[in-house]
Amino acid sequence: MLNEYLILLKSEWIIIAIIFLLLFIKVGPKDWKNETLLYGINILLLFNLLAGFYNNVEGNLFNGMYHSTQLILLEKNILNLGVYLVSLIAYPWLKEHKHLLEFYILLLSTLLGMFFMISSGNLLIFYLGLELSTIPLAALANFDLHKRQSSEAAMKLIISSAFSSAILLFGVSILYGTTGSLSFYEISQHIYGNQLQVIAFILILAGFCFKISVVPFHLWTADVYEGAPAPVTAYLSVISKTAVLFIFMSVMYTVFKTIATQWYLMIFVLSIVTILIGNLFALRQNNLKRFLAFSSIAQVGFILLGLSGTSIMGIASVIYFLLIYLFSNLAAFGVITLVSAVANKETISDYKGFYKTNPFLSWVLAIALFSLAGVPPTAGFFGKFFLIMAGAERGNYIWVVFAAINMIISFYYYLKVVKAIFMDPNDQPIETISIPALPKLAMIICLAGMILTGFFSWIYEYIYSLSIL
Amino acid sequence: MSNPIFIALIPILPLTCFLLLGLFGRKHFSTTSGIIGTLSLFISTILSFATAYQYFFQTGKINGVYQKIIVFKYTWLEFAPNLSIDMGILLDPITVMMLVVVSFVSLMVHVFSLGYMKGETRFATYYAFLSLFTFSMLGLILSSNIFQIYLFWELVGVSSFLLIGFYFEKPSAVAASKKAFIVTRFADLGFLIGILILAFYAHTLDFGILIERLSVISSPYLTVINAASFLGMSALSWGLILVFIGGAGKSAMFPLHIWLPDAMEGPTPVSALIHAATMVVAGVFLVARLFPIFALSDPGALQVVMYTGAFSAFFAAVIACTQTDIKRVLAYSTMSQIGYMMFALGVSKYSGEEGLGYMGSMFHLFTHAFFKSLLFLGAGSVIHFVHSNEMKDMGGLRKLMPITHISFLIACLAIAGIPPFAGFFSKEEILMAAFESNRLIYVVALITSGLTAFYMFRLYYSIFWSKDASVKNHHGEGTISMKIPLILLAILAIGSGLVPIASFVTADGLPITSHVPISFSIVPVSLALIGILLATRLFKNSNDLPVRISQQMGGLYTAASRKFYIDEVYLFVTKKILFNLIGKPAAWFDKHIVDGLMNLLANSTAKVSELIKGFQSGKVQDYALYFFGGIASLIILFIYLWQ
Repeated sequence: MLNEYLILLKSEWIIIAIIFLLLFIKVGPKDWKNETLLYGINILLLFNLLAGFYNNVEGNLFNGMYHSTQLILLEKNILNLGVYLVSLIAYPWLKEHKHLLEFYILLLSTLLGMFFMISSGNLLIFYLGLELSTIPLAALANFDLHKRQSSEAAMKLIISSAFSSAILLFGVSILYGTTGSLSFYEISQHIYGNQLQVIAFILILAGFCFKISVVPFHLWTADVYEGAPAPVTAYLSVISKTAVLFIFMSVMYTVFKTIATQWYLMIFVLSIVTILIGNLFALRQNNLKRFLAFSSIAQVGFILLGLSGTSIMGIASVIYFLLIYLFSNLAAFGVITLVSAVANKETISDYKGFYKTNPFLSWVLAIALFSLAGVPPTAGFFGKFFLIMAGAERGNYIWVVFAAINMIISFYYYLKVVKAIFMDPNDQPIETISIPALPKLAMIICLAGMILTGFFSWIYEYIYSLSIL
Repeated sequence: MSNPIFIALIPILPLTCFLLLGLFGRKHFSTTSGIIGTLSLFISTILSFATAYQYFFQTGKINGVYQKIIVFKYTWLEFAPNLSIDMGILLDPITVMMLVVVSFVSLMVHVFSLGYMKGETRFATYYAFLSLFTFSMLGLILSSNIFQIYLFWELVGVSSFLLIGFYFEKPSAVAASKKAFIVTRFADLGFLIGILILAFYAHTLDFGILIERLSVISSPYLTVINAASFLGMSALSWGLILVFIGGAGKSAMFPLHIWLPDAMEGPTPVSALIHAATMVVAGVFLVARLFPIFALSDPGALQVVMYTGAFSAFFAAVIACTQTDIKRVLAYSTMSQIGYMMFALGVSKYSGEEGLGYMGSMFHLFTHAFFKSLLFLGAGSVIHFVHSNEMKDMGGLRKLMPITHISFLIACLAIAGIPPFAGFFSKEEILMAAFESNRLIYVVALITSGLTAFYMFRLYYSIFWSKDASVKNHHGEGTISMKIPLILLAILAIGSGLVPIASFVTADGLPITSHVPISFSIVPVSLALIGILLATRLFKNSNDLPVRISQQMGGLYTAASRKFYIDEVYLFVTKKILFNLIGKPAAWFDKHIVDGLMNLLANSTAKVSELIKGFQSGKVQDYALYFFGGIASLIILFIYLWQ
């Protein structure tokens, strides 16, 4: 029995153990050097990542409030990978930071929240996980302690999150009122699609949409992304979003499957608006972090298209895309973090002539942008391709054509950045930056991911084989 | 040796070499890159020969029939359980034969270039490109999947673009590489659409299954694709003809040949590689690969192949008689010889004795590869010597360049079809096949073969005889690395005709016994001899006879020397018709409507951005308002309006 708790909750236990270990080091008497700590923590996180592949079992705990399947374990592995990469790219920023340990404690708490959230089989556990993965994030957004923008980002994030949580909870309470249960399975048995239930669904949908930045619930995104430190922005835009999308997908596919015809149309409208607004705003950004914020909003629109497939291919294509998105976005953020930590520059015009001084970083950034834009033969192309294929299965060609056209429009703004890096002249380009070992490792992993994920079809097939409707 | 790794190494070695030289060549291997490239290709060549030996004599034959063997297959992209893009290696007689030809000729070119390109500043880049090209070409012939062949097909196009435009300081080279790329790209579009049509109806991209489904008469797929029709032609015909258009583009068949003469701007060894033995025969290879479908299911499409080939053969031979740039003569002669291969496929049937045309075509492909690359390399060595492409700058070189002279003569005799040189044997098979199935084609082929002998010897005399050598200050005939390939290829230009291709490479895998009676050879050989004699009379010693004749021929000569104004027709069609009738209105439309729309769009985007900037006010209370607004509109939209 105890064994079951140990093994099924394996991922969570490891995170908790690391959190406590860091806590003890923090309150302990010895002052460690930042460098030592960073290397130690990264080794722990690597161990955590590798442990995720070992001894994976399926099962239920706490009367089905917590459940674990091979797909969920895969999702956790993806999140672990993401956290490891974020930690690696945060190195140049954290090296001088006084509150390094708190950073990791908060970061891992949110990861713990995400794990509970995606494993949840019950609205209560889900809500707890969601909050645990959000509130420490607000503190993290404030981690550039001497920057006003950073505090502003934190304030906006916490207030907006509180608002969206309230809406979500309202939806949950209506749902409880109409179905008499909080368990996902029970609820799905009692959803008939009457108006009250649809309203409850819309409220819950709004809560989700807030987290994954779907227009018009996205407005916090740009401000928070711009103000927060670059690694935190990376974390917010990749890990946090990926985790919410995982649970969003499974809630849509299981709990609300009886009203699939209704939500299909809602997702359709939201996706169109999201892609359009995301692209429109991304066109006119000059701050790179803000630029990536809007471009990631447009990406979510594409994900919604794949998700609308309501098929195994839908699940597989979304997870596959998120994996590639993780590599591409973290590669871009890796470069941005390094440059902003060393040279304190973040705008696109600062990057003019970047190739002259930093060829390696330029290539990493360019390939990342190509992958985000979906240019073959980068993995991003295959990701988008499968999303569109999954969406096309439903036969809504307006949506597919719209997405394809917008994919081309998005080339324009991604290439604008690439052009600045490679072609635009600049008298004072960013100086040559020496790349520390850890971020370099992250960039190489991301590069490999962006290039190889597309070519090794067994990755997609593996995800496909784990996916269940 | 049946180990797939060894076979996979054949294309992988040049690829590795390309990556190595492309990435690090200029820094680390600026002088040794030639040796590295040549060595790696040498290994590939040995592996190719070993594979050929293995296939033809040990593993390939089952019950006396050569089989298609899938050496390995890797599913790359799976669309549906029965439709996937695979990466694989397919061995069958034509693949194995091409493997030997491509790797060997490429090796010769690698060796030749060691001397020819010596001292180039971008020596390493040159070898990197050569390796890339060889990799793509080997990949193309080994493909087991029609989509895979398309990928390599495009890669071949890209790498030949790089090689033709190698002297990128020369505007004409840049223009030529662009022309070659664009013309073949248009043809490739046809190829792609053809692939899609065939794959759509056959539900597969795999060659083996595709051929089986579309060539067996009782196959349900064949019934469906034949029943579907568009503009009076069945979907099968459309698919095959579009695929053939792709092949015609790469193989420079009329009217898609216009890029080939211009492509001579590239380094001469490159022409020997690309425009003699490898890329230009890709079209023939493609038709031969899909031959069962052509022959068994759609003889109509095969007729298109036949007439296009025959016309191109004749047409190019006429033009070749008038060109003065020696490489252009060779370019047109290549086009003419490929026309031979194409119509030989066109007159062929699938099985038995009637499959003679197919066998002849492959035989000619095989022998032609050697003597044509020999001609190009010889021309290269001449150009290296006199620093000019024009005939008027040459003459009397036979004493100064003995090895080039002898080998060039051998190649000329081979291409003219004089026994016992290689070209004789393959040409006889083709003529025999044409004679038995279509007399008109036979006559055209005969005339062409006479013309071929004439223009080749015109070329030969203009270079090596004609007048006394005007070049005084010279630096020898060339390095040893330039001579060895000439000698080796000359041996093959004599001997390769004796290879019994008939018992190895046939359409149905069964050996056929070809017996061309000696009496049959009399007509073509005497025609060739007449051509040679005529050329001897006109060009051996300098006199004004050719000029007089050309004056008498007047318009015809001018027309031929201006390549029958095909380029002008293209210019007319593109500049005048397309530009004035379509371009100008389109430009007006573009400027006023599209640009206007775009400006409107840009302006309104800016305006909308300005407007919705209000959304992004930075105030959280506003954000909450819009958040709530979003929920409200969803509710209104989906609960009240929609239901």
